[in-house]
Amino acid sequence: MSRNVIGWLQAAPLAAVLGCFLAAPIVMIVIVSFWGATEYSIYPAFQFDNYEFLFGSAVTYKVFLATFKYAAITWALTLTIGFTVAYFLAFHVRSLQTQIALFLLCTIPFWTSNIIRMISWIPFLGRNGIANQTLIDWGLIDEPLEWLLYSDFSVILAFVHLYTLFMVVPIFNTMMRIDKNLLEAARDAGASGWQTVWHVVLPLTKPGIMIGTIFVVTLVMGDFITVRFMSGSQRANVGRLISNDIGLLQYPSAAATAVVLLLTVLMVIGILLRFVNIRKEL
Amino acid sequence: MRTGHDLEFVHLTKRYGDTVAVNNLNHIIASGTYVCLLGPSGCGKSSTLRMIAGHESVSEGAILLDNVDISALPPAKRGTAMMFQNYALFPHLSVRDNVAFSLRMQGVDKPSRHARADELLALVHMSDYADRLPAQLSGGQQQRVALARALITKPKVLLLDEPLSALDPFLRIKMRAELKRLQRELGITFIHVTHGQDEALALADEVIVMNNAVIEQAGPPREVFNSPRTEFVARFMGGHNVITIDGAKAALRADDVQLGEAGRAATVTSVEYQGATVALTATTEQGEEVLAIVPEEDFYRTPKTPGEPVTLTWDERRVHRLQA
Repeated sequence: MSRNVIGWLQAAPLAAVLGCFLAAPIVMIVIVSFWGATEYSIYPAFQFDNYEFLFGSAVTYKVFLATFKYAAITWALTLTIGFTVAYFLAFHVRSLQTQIALFLLCTIPFWTSNIIRMISWIPFLGRNGIANQTLIDWGLIDEPLEWLLYSDFSVILAFVHLYTLFMVVPIFNTMMRIDKNLLEAARDAGASGWQTVWHVVLPLTKPGIMIGTIFVVTLVMGDFITVRFMSGSQRANVGRLISNDIGLLQYPSAAATAVVLLLTVLMVIGILLRFVNIRKEL
Repeated sequence: MRTGHDLEFVHLTKRYGDTVAVNNLNHIIASGTYVCLLGPSGCGKSSTLRMIAGHESVSEGAILLDNVDISALPPAKRGTAMMFQNYALFPHLSVRDNVAFSLRMQGVDKPSRHARADELLALVHMSDYADRLPAQLSGGQQQRVALARALITKPKVLLLDEPLSALDPFLRIKMRAELKRLQRELGITFIHVTHGQDEALALADEVIVMNNAVIEQAGPPREVFNSPRTEFVARFMGGHNVITIDGAKAALRADDVQLGEAGRAATVTSVEYQGATVALTATTEQGEEVLAIVPEEDFYRTPKTPGEPVTLTWDERRVHRLQA
């Protein structure tokens, strides 16, 4: 057998897996997105009705905007918290044992499922929940805060809770590779603590921030369950739009929305990669 | 001579828990001298340097520069600048921005800090590389940039932490000439930490030999080399034999030992050809090892091989009594 054939054979298993479980489903979704549908049936076709309806509806734009809003706010918060936690772990914790212990502590929430972590917020944030009761007991408020649960606040709170670790890990990883002498060199040059963070640590952490950003943005933009649970079905994002369509058996419409969402996320990642070269991190 | 701009250690001590890294140093370094802190690893030389730089706190005592106690000041306010062992250049900044970094921290505007950075890059012959990133430079070039970056703050004392250890031997000799030239041109104090005695002898106006957290001996290189105070110094500086004469230790330069007719009987244990000279090691009847460095010509007139008996002679006036 020639080297060429052996090479193809070696690549075949991975290619088959990716083809069956990644490429084929996407191709199918794209095909179905051009199909037609009535109230009770779907039929193969090649028409742009689904896309026309999607782009013609004001709801689409509103929901996409809401999705971007969730992604942007969650990104900003997870980045702030993630950077701070990673900075503390990487530069202020001296011993490796403590570092590992604290790092494992960060992962404890992941020992239970997403849904359980989300739902556990509900009794805490509810109208008669712990948060409201405590605030009333302390005399800070007279009646329960309504916006704590089933609001944008609770949705974003859950997102931040669920996804901050995805920011901490890559940033921590990049920070650990920063030569500690650089911080001393900055101090020697008269940089204050903040100046060192801004001019030395932050630029050198960019690849990690970018990887974390991609994780968080794609997870938030593709999510539907968190928004449904934490908003009590009162808020929408693109994921919920798709899930509603599927619930109504409007598969072609759901497929079209999925294709648009996929392209949007790919564009966002494309833009992010323009800014930072993450290749050396991988 | 005291000029008032000296660097002075007063009972300088550094402790890490129970271990004493630097033990009660008292020394004055005259301004404008090239000083080499010399010693084996773990002798406290790096801790001393880092205390002067302000990257390590002083456990006890004080460091005075210009008669001002600087031991509690932040690094940038001391009038010192440090050049790090691996240069610690900021990998995301161009050479020019690296050099201009401290001015940027002070809030100097871009045109003036870049102009100043270009001046310093010219001083270290790196003007052509101003727009490159550190990763695109060779070791020697990175070192020049690190030098320029340290010098931009106009320090009174430049601290160099094993600056030549990362370079290959050929470049090391070239760069040490460069360091000496810069020090002479700038007229500021250089404190250079090294574990290489040849480097110290070649560069220093004053050599400070440290061992076990204390200064063993300090003085001009010729004095330290020719009249070592202790056995440690004699052995560490190299080129010396430590022999016992009348129950006391004495140092004898290896190149003062000759092969002769009358003298101490010994047996050759090894012969090493070194080019201009031959290093011959022999064991005396007392069981002491003596190294003789003899000119190549003299040796090959009557060549010796390991196992042969020889007679070692030296001028008694060249024997230097050791104090410890």
